Parts: sequence; structure tokens; C-alpha cells
Amino acid sequence: MMKLRSAICFGLSALALAALAFALPAGAADKIDPVADAKAFKKFFYDKFPKLKPEDFVNGPYSMDEGLHKQWVEKEQFPPYEFAVEAGKEMFTKPFKNGKTYEDCFPNKGIGIRQNYPYFDEKEGKVITLELALNRCREANGEAPYSYVKDEMAALTAYMAFTSRGKPMDIKIPDDPRALAAYEQGKEYFYTRRGQLNFACSTCHVQSPGERIRTEVLAPALGIMNAMPIYRSEWSGMGTTSRRYVTCNSQVRGVPFNPQDDEYRNVEYYLSYVSNGLPISGPGARP
Amino acid sequence: MKATLVLVAVLLAAGSAFAASEADYKAAYAAAEAANKEAGQLRNQWTTTASTLAAAKKAGDAGDFDKAVEAAREAEALAKASIFQATSEKTLWKEMEIR
Repeated sequence: MMKLRSAICFGLSALALAALAFALPAGAADKIDPVADAKAFKKFFYDKFPKLKPEDFVNGPYSMDEGLHKQWVEKEQFPPYEFAVEAGKEMFTKPFKNGKTYEDCFPNKGIGIRQNYPYFDEKEGKVITLELALNRCREANGEAPYSYVKDEMAALTAYMAFTSRGKPMDIKIPDDPRALAAYEQGKEYFYTRRGQLNFACSTCHVQSPGERIRTEVLAPALGIMNAMPIYRSEWSGMGTTSRRYVTCNSQVRGVPFNPQDDEYRNVEYYLSYVSNGLPISGPGARP
Repeated sequence: MKATLVLVAVLLAAGSAFAASEADYKAAYAAAEAANKEAGQLRNQWTTTASTLAAAKKAGDAGDFDKAVEAAREAEALAKASIFQATSEKTLWKEMEIR
């Protein structure tokens, strides 16, 4: 009888241990691990497009299609974003009514710093994008904020990106649970299907880069932020990161959020982080 | 012949009995609006829900309550589908993740 009871106890203990052993890796898998995410993200795209060099991904559809690549090389002779860069440069150095300029709001006077945005502000506990920082600079100096999707914001960010070209994206996630939560929420947004067409960002930019959607060749998600802002022929003008998110949501028949709502800030944080190390190529030009 | 006339009369009467009233429209519209509000709380409204709600209102304002009720019911169905999407995606998104 004792032997039987011992055997049952031993069996139950073994079962409990086995259950624990299975439970631990599952728990570990749920841990937020941006470093592992970025590694897996890059590997996915490098494996999917073995002929491309890592730095090619920042050129979006032009790296996916030979014909488009030829068009792009020619387009770069007289790039359509050139006017925006010029306008942005002029705006950047022109004093506000109080005599200060954008240079006073940014490290290194705003030159060559695009790769550090967005960043997580530990005081505020939120993600701060470059567009948001620019409008906050305006407001702090008594100026009205610009529209996040229109020309002035695109011109300012185009100039800042231009002065940062070639610098590797360098997004930091501080050791702060709120920063990790923002990153995770950005990731969730990226993979969440929305709109009547039931598309996630990843439906186009992970599952189908290089494929056509109507007449357009879809860009890979890897390096997609490095090219922002962009001149789009479809828009006949420049567009900011905010504009891209808003139009993506509308195109899948989802009601877009307000530019710089938390969802958009967080997804920009996630997408920029997983492209760390790839060069800034903005401003870009897209079909 | 008489029987046919009687049948037509009955059908016409039945038809008019089923025509939507303003109260039907208001109830259908309120239900659709409530569902769309819930989708908004889940941060997942669809543009088509908004446009179908607008179509329902336009028909209702014009006094075409049959059309208004039909559009409001469609809007409610769209809003409920967006709620289902938002709810199910709370866990399903992980299946899309690159790991």
C-alpha cells in the first residue's frame, strides 16, 4: 500500500515538473525582447530577399523591382523632394518672432540627428517623434503648430533627414517598463488587422513586399521609416510619417486616428527600432 | 378573377403594414450608432460604417424610412463586424508576428 502511495506521489511530482518545464519556455516567449525581435525581423527580410544588401532595404520598392530601380536612379538626378529640402533648410534657420530658431530646440542644432527619433521620454513616459518635437518647439516659442501631414512639416523633416543621410538608425529603448510597453503596443498595432479590408500593416509590408497592389510595388517593412518623409507621385507632393499612417488606415477602410496619437507614435517607435543599424535615406521619393 | 383581386388587395395591405416608420428608423439608427460608438472605444471604427450611417441619415431626413432602416441595419452589421475584428485581433495578431 505504501509502495503504491509513493508511486502515485512520485508520478504526480513528475507530472508537475513536466508541466512546469513546458510552462517556463511559454512564459519566456511572452517576455518583451526587442533585441531578439529586431534580430528575427532582419533575418526574415534577409532570407526573403537574399540578393539584397542590408542597406538596400531603405530604398523601399526600388530595391524590389529592377525596372523601378532604373527609374529611381534617373529620378535621383533631379529628385522631386529637392524643393522640400531647400524650403526646410530656409525654415529651419529663419528666426521665430522671439528671435530663436529650431536650432535652439535640438541637440547639435538639429543637424544629423534624424536617426535618434523617435525616442522615449522618461519624464513624460511617452514616445516623442521628430514631428512632435518640431511642433513642440514651435509652441514653446510662441508659434502655432503646423499640420502634421502637410507641406511645412514635410519640408522641415526632409531637411533634417537630409542632413542625417547615411547615419545608422539608432533608436534606444531605456530600461523602463513604460518604454517596453510602448514598444510592445507599437508591435501589436503593426500586426493587428483593421479596417473593412482586414489588413494589418504587416499584411502588405511583411507578407507581400515586392508584390504589386494594383499598380504599386509594396515596400518591405525593414527600413521603411529610414526613408521618411517621402515625395509620392501619387500625392503629387511630400508626405510625412503621419500622413503615411493616416492614408494606410483609410486605404483599408479603417477610420484613421489623429496624427501623433499614441498608436502612431508607438508603431513608429517599433518600426524604427527594428531597423536600427540601417542608414537614413530620407527624404525618399516613391511612385 | 375575384380571388386574384382579393389576393392583390391582401398583399398590398400586408406590404403597407410592413413599411418602415420613422420610429423604426430611429431605433435602427440608434442601435447602429451605439455599436459604432463601441467600435470607437475599441479604437477600430470602419470608414464604411460612417458612410453607411450617413446614408441612413440622409434617407431618414428625406422621409424614405424603408431605405433608412435598411442602411442603418447595414451600418450596425458593419460596426459589429469591426467590434468582432478588434476583439479577436487582441490575441490573433501574435500569429502574424515575425519570431
